[in-house]
Amino acid sequence: MKVAYWPGCVSRGFTPELHGSMAKVAPLLDIELVELDRACCSGAGVIAEHNQELADTLNARTFALAQQVEGAEMMMNICSTCQGAQSECQERLDASASYRERVNGTLASEGLSYEKGLTNKNFLWLLVEEIGLDALRSRVTRPLTNLKVGPFYGCYIVRPRQRLGIDEEHPRDQYLHQVIDTLGGTVIEYAGMRKCCGFPIITMNKEASLKQAGRHLGDAVDAEADCLVTPCPLCHLNLDLQQPLAEGVVGRDLEMPVLHLPQLVGLALGLEPKELGFKRHVVRPTSVIDWSTSVVGAAA
Amino acid sequence: MAESHGRPPEPFTLRLRRYDPESGEAPYWDEHTIELEPHRSVLEAILQARDRFDGSIGIRCSCRQAICGSCGVRVNGEPALACHTHLDAARRSARDGVIEIEPMGNMPVIKDLIVDMDAVHWKKIQRVTPWLIGKQPVPEREYLVPRESMVDVTQTMACIQCGACVSDCLAMEVDPLFIGPAALAKAYRFVGDPRDDEHFVRLNDLAQDQHGMFDCTHCFKCVDACPKDVNPMGQIMRLRRIATADHHIVDQNNGERHEAAFASLIRDNGLLWEAELLPRSYGGNSWLGKFHPRAGKELISSLPSIVKALLRGKVTPMGALKPHRIPKQDLKSVQSIYERIDGRDRSSGQRFELNLYIVGEDEPPPPEEPVVAAVVAEAGASAAEPPGGLATEGEQPAEPTSPEGSTSE
Repeated sequence: MKVAYWPGCVSRGFTPELHGSMAKVAPLLDIELVELDRACCSGAGVIAEHNQELADTLNARTFALAQQVEGAEMMMNICSTCQGAQSECQERLDASASYRERVNGTLASEGLSYEKGLTNKNFLWLLVEEIGLDALRSRVTRPLTNLKVGPFYGCYIVRPRQRLGIDEEHPRDQYLHQVIDTLGGTVIEYAGMRKCCGFPIITMNKEASLKQAGRHLGDAVDAEADCLVTPCPLCHLNLDLQQPLAEGVVGRDLEMPVLHLPQLVGLALGLEPKELGFKRHVVRPTSVIDWSTSVVGAAA
Repeated sequence: MAESHGRPPEPFTLRLRRYDPESGEAPYWDEHTIELEPHRSVLEAILQARDRFDGSIGIRCSCRQAICGSCGVRVNGEPALACHTHLDAARRSARDGVIEIEPMGNMPVIKDLIVDMDAVHWKKIQRVTPWLIGKQPVPEREYLVPRESMVDVTQTMACIQCGACVSDCLAMEVDPLFIGPAALAKAYRFVGDPRDDEHFVRLNDLAQDQHGMFDCTHCFKCVDACPKDVNPMGQIMRLRRIATADHHIVDQNNGERHEAAFASLIRDNGLLWEAELLPRSYGGNSWLGKFHPRAGKELISSLPSIVKALLRGKVTPMGALKPHRIPKQDLKSVQSIYERIDGRDRSSGQRFELNLYIVGEDEPPPPEEPVVAAVVAEAGASAAEPPGGLATEGEQPAEPTSPEGSTSE
């Protein structure tokens, strides 16, 4: 399937391994990525906090660019925070024709216009709802047998439920569980899996922010997870990049590797840790690399 | 749940969290199976368990119809009013078919399902001066205010002080001093009220407080927790917007600097430049920000992470020094959008904000699932309260075609 692909900023900045591994995984799933390289940052909720109409207009521009991609079935992102921020803007744009007209008026000088009803899905949603778990399972060449993976959902992709279309028919707040299970891994549940990583307040209340990251990582350590997996690069920043500082705040060693969702999928589809940019993580996914080596060794 | 009306009583098993701090015993789980019609409430089930099996079960309740806010608990891990949760829905969301009921979080337990609201919730409400400080001179007859301003504050006035949002606030979990969602929503009730004379004082107080409006982590927990669609987090974001954009309050918590740095980095590059965002959030919104002592102190304390990030090639020196940008022509377009909206708003002192709570949807989505319609109809018939979320906004008694949202001065 062909999608208008929004990678976000951080996947091309501080977490380049995310963008890179998505590019490697897409062809294995027959996803054709048409990158929206002209679009700007979703604002991560911060631009909306500054000026709501500005955030709505910038995202309407992204949506309009996505709608111009010929043959694309939908827009896809690899950043939960973008998903949340964009869904909020889209809710307002789709609710009011007069507002849409106003916003499109601003976009008109560029010849762009957003038409109500764009479908914008995070890679996680697309995996489950478009590709399907059965099709995903059939492509697994290296099942994650005995790999204990803790899902870390974060906030933007699970709340608010109504805006994100989460209900009994679309249990999107269970999808990471389902994907880990489909890839052959063992799901490890722990208290913090749907809590905030702390990133949004890292500059405002650093101690509280790192305490959040440290607690969730500690919970995962206690539950004996080998690694965590997250669909959000900003969560990755607080859980991985800041982990050395979080260890200091919670006063314990953590050493918990955190994978991006495409990395975990890529591993099960047979890609090597090297191709997935594991070396760029602050906390080396040693447990995962050891696991993959042992699996390859056993097969040979 | 219309389909469950008229169904005969069924057995439901409850797992109750029991705790009596005065006993010196540890908390424990207690299971009881009761019989009730599936549309009846979790509260009725708890009361039946108390009446039939164990008179010592502690639960606080009064109106039993989602108005008094007394029976806030956690049902299957999520905050809810016990009287506002149907038994069949609760069983569907249970992990193992047993409905798990615990006291609310972030507040000390007095006994079983009763928490100490005075120690936390009410103290925080008092913190925000929860009364109107009227503009002087008081008019001879009444204050005249725009209709939409009053509709706007009715959203926060709908709060029934049940504490569900406080229970699950993730910022409060790590910072118990955080003023929190209920109290900050209450603060907006007065900041959004044109009759109040102390907008600046209130906002400055809540912005400078280290546990104030900038302590919110934007996790949406309170939005989903609220049984009355108060949208506390949305109100907190509006407090921030009004404090920074309208009152130009620069706080000691880096809230304003962070927001300004973020917005201008996107204007200048189209994409976020992470290496520049942090020092500017501390040191001030310019390239020179990183040389401010506040930024220097911060950089030093972050060294363990920075060094590792450089060693692993996560961050390259060039990447830190040079932003990634969108193509020139597109950057121009983004900048012209900034100029047309942000620039206009800055010079006019007016902002346009579409507030769906006030204007409602002028194009309600087609009814995809008949279930939604049934819920709306049921709530309408019982007239107890509006249903949550967008459906509520559609129900607001406002001119649905009005394009004007609220504008602030």
